[in-house]
Amino acid sequence: MPVINVDELTDKDKAVMELNQRKLEVKLERWLTSKCCEEMKDYIQERVEEDTLVKGISEEKNPFKEKGGCIIC
Amino acid sequence: MGEMEQLRKEAESLKDQITAARKAVQDTTLQEAAAGITVVGRVQLKTRKTLRGHLAKIYAMHWAVDANLCVSASQDGKLIVWDTITTNKVNAIPLKSSWVMTCAYAPSGNLVACGGLDNMCSIYNLKGKDGNVKVMRELAAHTGYLSCCRFLSDSEIITSSGDCTCVLWDIETGTQKTVFAGHQGDCMSLAVSPDFKFFISGACDFTAKLWDIREGVCRQTFGGHESDINAIGFFPNGNAVITGSDDATCKLYDLRADQELITYQDSSIMCGVTSLAPSLSGRLILAGYDDFNVNIWDSLKSERVCWQVMTTE
Repeated sequence: MPVINVDELTDKDKAVMELNQRKLEVKLERWLTSKCCEEMKDYIQERVEEDTLVKGISEEKNPFKEKGGCIIC
Repeated sequence: MGEMEQLRKEAESLKDQITAARKAVQDTTLQEAAAGITVVGRVQLKTRKTLRGHLAKIYAMHWAVDANLCVSASQDGKLIVWDTITTNKVNAIPLKSSWVMTCAYAPSGNLVACGGLDNMCSIYNLKGKDGNVKVMRELAAHTGYLSCCRFLSDSEIITSSGDCTCVLWDIETGTQKTVFAGHQGDCMSLAVSPDFKFFISGACDFTAKLWDIREGVCRQTFGGHESDINAIGFFPNGNAVITGSDDATCKLYDLRADQELITYQDSSIMCGVTSLAPSLSGRLILAGYDDFNVNIWDSLKSERVCWQVMTTE
């Protein structure tokens, strides 16, 4: 993989790089935003019950819970 | 200069075409799509642990994959690895340069890295044979400050720099494998996709870029912010990008639609965003601001979620 030395790029080099980048990006296949939104909503709904910050967690299951006293068996 | 003018004109024309292509697939907004969903109710937070030990500003922290250990970097010149359950300091690593701006924990748990105004990324081996933590490599080639670094594995790391580039390094040889050039302003932050095939960078040219790690090319560029992007992260499914900017807003960009889906802003918020993270499901976005506040956003509604800290002692 050729390593670009950024310090050696002239203004023209940078303008050419930017132009070539735009040429690549204009060709992208884009999904409808409705499809993206539906997928995002589904992803969230499937996982939100396990999301501690949203749903909370019982004190027993909480790894950061305050330690109780000592138990001597 | 006829040639530069010509290049600029062509670039502008393509930019307009891209804007039009994005508009053409915009058949709904996220707010419309989520209209039927109720805003998340009040979130109750409780401070569980306070990790004390640093003597100066803490600039960065990164969780280990086990979510028990984490590493923090402070301008007191130390990296501290914490056991967050016991609050014990597992390692306290003195740095050669105290001007540290970023730190990272390798997925394996074997290495940590940091860097800053020394323009270098230093790699430390936590599991050395004699138990001492030593510098394993110093990755030097950036001509600007190191703003962020993230491990792909024990042998590869990606860095972002004030020299406007990001670099993929071979840690073993200490050399640059790939230079990701294209940003026209300091790169401030980076995040690696969950599948490790891509990474995103946010920069002071107000854009975020998605890079293909193996091909070494930029696949997509996201604009819209009106100031520097300081923080960036992937939505948990890897299909969207969240950015935080000095323009006081956060934005969510979908990679497949190649555009912004929603902006998280409020007229009462006037200071920059410095850090952000999504919750596990992606329903909440937590963002840290320059006014020392954290705002929690309902990601689907662009509304701030009310939260209160439950007082303990």
